[in-house]
Amino acid sequence: MEDIQKFTFSVYTENNIGILNRLSAIFLKRHINIESMTVSKSEIDDVHRFTFVVNITKSQADKLIGQLEKQIEVIRAYSHTEDEIIYQETALFKISSKHLYDEDLQKRLKFRRASIVTVTPDYFVIEASGLKEEIDNMYDKLKPYGLMQFVRSGRIAVSRSQMAISELLQEIN
Amino acid sequence: MNTETQTVKKTETSKKVNISGAEAVIRCLLEEGVDLIYGYPGGAIMPVYDELYKYQDKLHHVLTRHEQGATHSAQGYARVTGKVGVAIATSGPGATNLVTGIADAQIDSTPLVCITGQVTKQLLGSDAFQETDIIGISMPVTKWNYQITKASEIPEIMAKAFYIARSGRPGPVLIDITKNAQFDTLDFDYKKCTKVRSYKAVPEVKEQDLDAAAEIINNAKKPLVVFGQGVILGKAEKEFKAFIEKGGFPSAWTILGLSALPSDHNLNVGMVGMHGNYAPNKLTNECDVLIAVGMRFDDRVTGDLNTYAKQAKVIHFEIDPAEVDKNVKTDVAVLGDVKETLAKILPKINKNSFSDWMQKFKEYDAIEFEKVIKKDLYPEKEALTMGEVINQINETSKGDAIIVSDVGQHQMITCRYAKFNSSKSNVTSGGLGTMGFALPAAIGAKMGQPDREVVAIIGDGSVQMTIQELGTIFQTKVPVKIVVLNNDFLGMVRQWQQLFFDKRYASTEMTNPDFIKIAKGYHMQAERVSKREDLANAIQRMMDSKEAYFLEVNVEKEDNVFPMIPSGASVSDVRLS
Repeated sequence: MEDIQKFTFSVYTENNIGILNRLSAIFLKRHINIESMTVSKSEIDDVHRFTFVVNITKSQADKLIGQLEKQIEVIRAYSHTEDEIIYQETALFKISSKHLYDEDLQKRLKFRRASIVTVTPDYFVIEASGLKEEIDNMYDKLKPYGLMQFVRSGRIAVSRSQMAISELLQEIN
Repeated sequence: MNTETQTVKKTETSKKVNISGAEAVIRCLLEEGVDLIYGYPGGAIMPVYDELYKYQDKLHHVLTRHEQGATHSAQGYARVTGKVGVAIATSGPGATNLVTGIADAQIDSTPLVCITGQVTKQLLGSDAFQETDIIGISMPVTKWNYQITKASEIPEIMAKAFYIARSGRPGPVLIDITKNAQFDTLDFDYKKCTKVRSYKAVPEVKEQDLDAAAEIINNAKKPLVVFGQGVILGKAEKEFKAFIEKGGFPSAWTILGLSALPSDHNLNVGMVGMHGNYAPNKLTNECDVLIAVGMRFDDRVTGDLNTYAKQAKVIHFEIDPAEVDKNVKTDVAVLGDVKETLAKILPKINKNSFSDWMQKFKEYDAIEFEKVIKKDLYPEKEALTMGEVINQINETSKGDAIIVSDVGQHQMITCRYAKFNSSKSNVTSGGLGTMGFALPAAIGAKMGQPDREVVAIIGDGSVQMTIQELGTIFQTKVPVKIVVLNNDFLGMVRQWQQLFFDKRYASTEMTNPDFIKIAKGYHMQAERVSKREDLANAIQRMMDSKEAYFLEVNVEKEDNVFPMIPSGASVSDVRLS
């Protein structure tokens, strides 16, 4: 049996309605759970970039690339293992302001790249960026203070090696 | 009821040709060379139908009796002509009824453009009457789909739809057009689409792949070619024949590849897969080089992948990069249109022949003839067999007919025994296995090739899934020949129940109606045959008829189709009984 590992897919697409459905359906059809997903503009005008994180085997990843690239509006799809990318996630923690001057909590904020982005009489909001494990760790530490709200973004990632997407676009344009 | 009329723009003073979106849809079809479409009208597509009325001398519309019939007819038309089939329906149930045919076209790579009406843009998402999210529903089963909400989008999107449907590996495209876009006007200007920047229809052929493939092929001692519909879709029959004849390769087909090579060709070694021939299945696991041409290693072809051709080097000629290494790991993949790649590899391969190896096929053929074929084609028992009916049709058609088969035992028997002289003559639902396919598909096939005889072979279960299309035949007078092989069972499921479920025949016995009366209700010539001595004459009468003809043949109730590779077993474990 092949090992299951974490793959990050970067999928460059046209900016049209419905592509998200089309792409997620490819994972659905193969019963693959999407761990995280982010959609944004990319470095190229009018080209969108989807970032999917999934736990699958290498051969599944290769086949997924084929299926993703087969979609008419997909320009190019890449899959990367963990060591091939630089990646981040961002999280927001909304906490009651009664803990604002808690020394332990303040120490913990220094522990990681985290900052307070807003303060009101009732609550304050901490923003933190890092690896998933780091944010998980922070979550565990902040949970005892009673999280009024917590949210975490999907992974965003750039590859260490070049993805020659701009050249490709010039070539086919 | 309709508030859409209020949204019709007052025509601006312009020198350009200003027409409605609905008329633009028709003009786009004409620009693409379409002269025949299948469909069913309804509220949200009425503006387009109104324009069809005006253009009826240029664009013939066939009113099917159900939208599923429209897609299957369009498929039948596309499969025998190589052109894009067009189906049209209204929103809501009209659109959802298209889905089975679209899914069938997707898995069997059939070029279709399906046009659906949609509620007016302002009503989208309001759960309006007959509103359904057909874009969302059809997304996983279309090559591409798009919702038009502005009349001005129509020419460009329609051009793109036809280009995408027919180019590369063909497939179905669905265009959903809101009612306001049909009523609104636009300045019509049509340009054919020749490329889409994010879509590469045909991969570039790499010289080094051709060289690598040729080297393996030239060193083969026991080569086996397995070809699929890619040969037909690529219009590469000539190139394929030249390739196998020069190399001397025994060549077996998938059911969608059937008819790409004449049945009587000396290198044609029959069908692979679950109910394929004994020799090519057995010898798949003895060949040293497996050359796959325009096929996709469906599980019904390969059986257990862990024991499929493990001894062989695998070369895969394929247009769709996603098919390479999907099911079977290849040693060399030659990407590209087979018409191009086979022509380019031809000078690189040695002229050869493999008489000892061919002899092995003949030996297995003799075993299969003794244990299976003899009983199927020349039975000694009283009841008629499906095989002898097909054999009799061969006798009468001389292999020149287009044979459309439905899904089940009769389909396997038809594909095993029907003879073909020319390509694009076998129409069947392969990948999806859609019961109900054949009757409407035969209508499309006959309209696509009016000068050829079209015979639909259908089971008693399958025919009842789309039997309403007899109405389409009656109204259009399309002279299709319909043969219902009636065993009063859902035969293939019954066979599995017998072999793998201890004969627990759960819901497979059919209490059937009087098919002849039904056919006669549609004023169709119809007769029933139950005795061997009546068969040949009945088939002759059917084939001689200038009109549509319905022939019911009562066959043995509990016959099984062999050879058979049990589900999940190896190709070399193919059973003869």
